Amino acid sequence: MNLAAKLVGWIDQRFPLVSTVKAHVTEYYAPKNFNFWYFFGSLALLVLVIQIVSGIFLTMNYKPDALFAFASVEYIMRDVQWGWLLRYIHSTGASMFFVVIYLHMFRGLMYGSYRNPRELLWIVGMILYLVLMAEAFMGYLLPWGQMSFWGAQVIINLFSSVPVIGPDLAILIRGDYVVSDITLNRFFALHVIAIPLVLVLIVVVHLIALHEVGSNNPDGVEIKKYKDANGKPLDGIPFHPYYTIKDGVGAVGFLIVFCAVLFFAPDMGGYFLEYNNFVPANPMKTPEHIAPVWYFTPYYAILRAVPPMFGSQFPGVVAMGVATVIFFFLPWLDRGKVKSIRYRGPIYKIFLALFVVSFIGLGWLGLMPATPAYTVISRVLAVIYFAFFLLMPWYTRIDKCKPEPDRVTFK
Amino acid sequence: MKTIKKLCAAVLLLVMPAVAGASGAGMHLDKAPVNLQDLASLQRGVKLFTSRCLACHGASSMRYNRLKDIGMTEEEVKKKLELPEDVKIGSTMQAAMDPNSAKLAYGVAPPDLSVISRSRSADWLYTYLRSFHLDKTRASGWNNTVFPNVGMPHVLADLQGELELKIEKQAGHETRKLVLATPGTLKPAEYDAAIADLTNYLVYMGEPAKMVRYKLGMIVLGFLFALFVLIFMLKKEVWKDIH
Repeated sequence: MNLAAKLVGWIDQRFPLVSTVKAHVTEYYAPKNFNFWYFFGSLALLVLVIQIVSGIFLTMNYKPDALFAFASVEYIMRDVQWGWLLRYIHSTGASMFFVVIYLHMFRGLMYGSYRNPRELLWIVGMILYLVLMAEAFMGYLLPWGQMSFWGAQVIINLFSSVPVIGPDLAILIRGDYVVSDITLNRFFALHVIAIPLVLVLIVVVHLIALHEVGSNNPDGVEIKKYKDANGKPLDGIPFHPYYTIKDGVGAVGFLIVFCAVLFFAPDMGGYFLEYNNFVPANPMKTPEHIAPVWYFTPYYAILRAVPPMFGSQFPGVVAMGVATVIFFFLPWLDRGKVKSIRYRGPIYKIFLALFVVSFIGLGWLGLMPATPAYTVISRVLAVIYFAFFLLMPWYTRIDKCKPEPDRVTFK
Repeated sequence: MKTIKKLCAAVLLLVMPAVAGASGAGMHLDKAPVNLQDLASLQRGVKLFTSRCLACHGASSMRYNRLKDIGMTEEEVKKKLELPEDVKIGSTMQAAMDPNSAKLAYGVAPPDLSVISRSRSADWLYTYLRSFHLDKTRASGWNNTVFPNVGMPHVLADLQGELELKIEKQAGHETRKLVLATPGTLKPAEYDAAIADLTNYLVYMGEPAKMVRYKLGMIVLGFLFALFVLIFMLKKEVWKDIH
């Protein structure tokens, strides 16, 4: 026995090394028919690592102080070695994280990845999405520009519209009566420690849940139904080397897009880095037009689409909250006989297409000032958005599905 | 795949007209001839910036010795920009005027200009600095067509001369024109060129990293494309026995 084998043996008696690697990597069987849409899970993990590593280095030079925060970001951009690169990696990464997550979620919608037996996997994923939103929201305050300040002010004020406890709740979040140095400090603490910790832990739970039930695939059929004599799924292939290398192709392809943005258009025409955020936060001067960053705008548009009732913004806030939380219920709203869009009837396809249109349309409207015409369009799109979910139990049941294949299709 | 393509096409068809309709509105801005490769222009720009703008505005994120980016040695910075003896070469650009007295004089504290080119576009700055005109109703005697009721007087009037705003009404159609009333020491084309240099410098100062960002980006993308080809071939090789 050579030294390496001895070492592994020594560890294995004290820690389940070999069996863990086997269970999760070399003998974890994934369906062989993954397509383009299946890159986004591993890419989300990649972006998470990019954000954590670039974030650690930014933390070394950033100052969470209302007097110095804005200047310290410019200090990073100019005086810190490769500071501009770190900052752009982190700011590009924030937007790309949402691009990846939205595509990852859309994959779930297309192929019914949330259906039995993956309900819990989907719910854990949705919790991750909400935690990611909190992480992004708090991180956006840190550069302490006008949009950081006023965006936070607007969003936190939403909480004050909650009946009875609202005003106190808003003060609890801010730690002050307005967004201030105190708010900046606590958001910094939450952004760099509390939320990332939670995020990483839930990612682990998400992966454990995934490996317990196994991945869905573009055909939406279970590969575990047909196994060979050794108990290995006939249509499954070991995650390593097949998917490590395939995800590697996806990762390099993704990095090409990532770096194209990072080096050639880091502000992405004002969508990834808003122009007004290069003006230091000024509590005395409200910007004419306050828009959240693009990844929040679909929900912001829904918020604005709901008219105030009894002099309160609360109904809009509820609508916004429901719009995010409603994804949790998908596993029980969907009554379709098949999982994958490949074998669904036309009704589901039309509803999904309309949902995508409403999501993108609302996202765009959320960036625009609320003119009367835009408000009408927002209302129509918001109704479509909710109809996708609320009518689902009916339209998925009456939809004429094609028969599912027994085994996965693979060219 | 076919359904997905149809989905994507439908989304594009529905969203595109909305996006196209959204752009457009807003005032007309002249295109700023920004060229960060033109070091001579950047050096003329910084000269104008330090001699005029720095009187009231600071650039508190910009260090003098950083100007090596645009081809100026420390000696050149000291001599050409006439740095006072007590200002160190490694210090940031501070306004000559005390911000509080500036606020008393103009009603607003002159903003720091370090990243002004990132909050305002280059085109905006280029047009704004060429759009001051006489206005008796303003305390400063000046107004601006790009930034109405601006606090700043036209500090470059000696160079550009004095413009007047002429509003002509023809059949309910209003045309607004800036006309040179009193010429300055520079011809209009020379003034435009000087402002182009200044704008160029402001764009550089807004993001000094821009000088290396594109070059590094090309190298990184070149590397990634090569890596992509290799890893793609490796994937083909590994996957060849999967049917």
